[in-house]
Amino acid sequence: MTKKIKNLNLNFGPQHPAAHGVLRLILELDGEVVEKADPHIGLLHRGTEKLIENKTYMQAVPYFDRLDYVAPMNQEHAFALAIEKILKIEVPSRAQYIRVIFCEIGRILSHILNVTTQALDVGALTPSLWGFEERETLMTFYERASGSRLHANYFRAGGVHQDLPAGLEEDIAKFCETFPKIINDLENLLTDNRIFKQRNVDIGIVTKEDALDYSFTGVMIRGSGVPWDLRKSQPYDCYDQLDFKIPVGKNGDCYDRYLCRIEEMKESVSIIKQCLSKVEKGPIKSQDGKITPPPKKELKQSMEALIHHFKLFTEGYRVPKDEIYTAVEAPKGEFGVYLISDGSSKPYKCKIRAPGFSHLQSMDYLIKGHMLADVPAVLGSLDIVFGEVDR
Amino acid sequence: MKTLVELEKKINSELTTKINNSEIKHNQLYLEIDKEDIIDVTLFLKTNKDTKFRQLIDITAVDYPEQSQRFKLVYLFLSHEFNQRIIVSYNINENEIINSLTSIFPASNWMEREVFDMYGINFKDHPDLRRILTDYGFEGHPLRKDFPLTGHTEVRYSEDKKKVVNEPVKLEQNYRNFDYESPWEGTRYIKEQTDTNDKKN
Repeated sequence: MTKKIKNLNLNFGPQHPAAHGVLRLILELDGEVVEKADPHIGLLHRGTEKLIENKTYMQAVPYFDRLDYVAPMNQEHAFALAIEKILKIEVPSRAQYIRVIFCEIGRILSHILNVTTQALDVGALTPSLWGFEERETLMTFYERASGSRLHANYFRAGGVHQDLPAGLEEDIAKFCETFPKIINDLENLLTDNRIFKQRNVDIGIVTKEDALDYSFTGVMIRGSGVPWDLRKSQPYDCYDQLDFKIPVGKNGDCYDRYLCRIEEMKESVSIIKQCLSKVEKGPIKSQDGKITPPPKKELKQSMEALIHHFKLFTEGYRVPKDEIYTAVEAPKGEFGVYLISDGSSKPYKCKIRAPGFSHLQSMDYLIKGHMLADVPAVLGSLDIVFGEVDR
Repeated sequence: MKTLVELEKKINSELTTKINNSEIKHNQLYLEIDKEDIIDVTLFLKTNKDTKFRQLIDITAVDYPEQSQRFKLVYLFLSHEFNQRIIVSYNINENEIINSLTSIFPASNWMEREVFDMYGINFKDHPDLRRILTDYGFEGHPLRKDFPLTGHTEVRYSEDKKKVVNEPVKLEQNYRNFDYESPWEGTRYIKEQTDTNDKKN
């Protein structure tokens, strides 16, 4: 007697705690082995690129916070750099350091979230409780600088919106002293943990060649042993004056990517410390009155300042006709902005290159032949945030 | 190649007729090619030992409704080896079908799906050309310039039908797009005037 065997189709998500957002993953299972994965994305699509085409350059900045919402300022950075390059404006040194400090804070924010939720996905609850306490501290730094914990809207073309409030630098420095201990605690919980290793070592292996072909960037490509980091290879702002190392993995599995993220957090702490020691008093945005709004106190006195203020917040500044691609090393990989300006005060086209988009598309390649229980582990190590994948 | 200038020379000499125009700005090389040559150019860029553009960073399109060739396709490549970026572009008409890069870069799969979804451009030999970012059953191509910002339909839960329904967009107030564009040049014209006055004096 013969029995007919049929593959089982399983719908993973769109509401699933391990999907890290709204991912609908259609899995074809042969027993417990995944034969095929078809991710359906777009459930969080908000038309960011279309909206940006209809807003002035300054109004477009907040949309970047809402892409990868666990590291908002890194995204704003790419957009600000793109405009600065077209307009050829100099960013004052203090602004550069402030930006790098907050980008590295964003990197730590993102990596804590990823490392701890990855542990959560494979069954460890404690790391997320410990890690989220630190995220809260970091988000208060965001709040003190920009006024909001998450959607900062802090970077501008030519610098940052406002100077750091008194005492913030000292508090960030204090955090840099205490945080390495927290990383050690997390490592004690996870790095040699038998269950964590069983779930992650040799899972979701990516070879060097495939990492290149699938357009992997960031930790995904470094985990596979390609030493590539835009902060080193194409330094922007003051990264070329800082001394830091790029952690590189060996085997390209989920465990190596976890180790890379842990090491990157340590490097970020060291970068923040260096910035704090080097940053000097000075202007925090470009002094070009055609780009940056005048200080508040001048508004009451100077006619010129009032006109500038009015024009900048209605029409906005104009950007000459040009075409540019700028990328930054966001926590998740290469985040790029392909900007076409047409001489008006609104972008003609703004394509956002999100690292998570390329990473998620390789899901089928990564998961084929793995067990169903490995899906959350692989998904966790890809570091997916749907704000940026769906845009 | 070590520098972009060398790279530009090399590409122009190897691909002579295929390159319509090349330019270096913002530390990147911009190439304009013909629609038919995209596969050849990509293969050359990827495999040649002096270029080694091993990564396809992104594919996108730009809509110019007033031009005779409506869309511009843009491909961004990255070479780790030489730390260089290249931007390849070509123009196509509205209903032209273009070659897919999926056989060369598997990463282009979703990127091309996105271009198809957002601009309605069709790709030949693409294994799985479906919509990707928009809703199931969505109509139209949102990033075309003639697609309204507010869209055509809105979604709500219907208590009568006990399901989610699509309806034509009804807005209490239309999206207001003020035209602030003015001949405002800031203080530059004053500066120029004073400059010329200074010269006269």
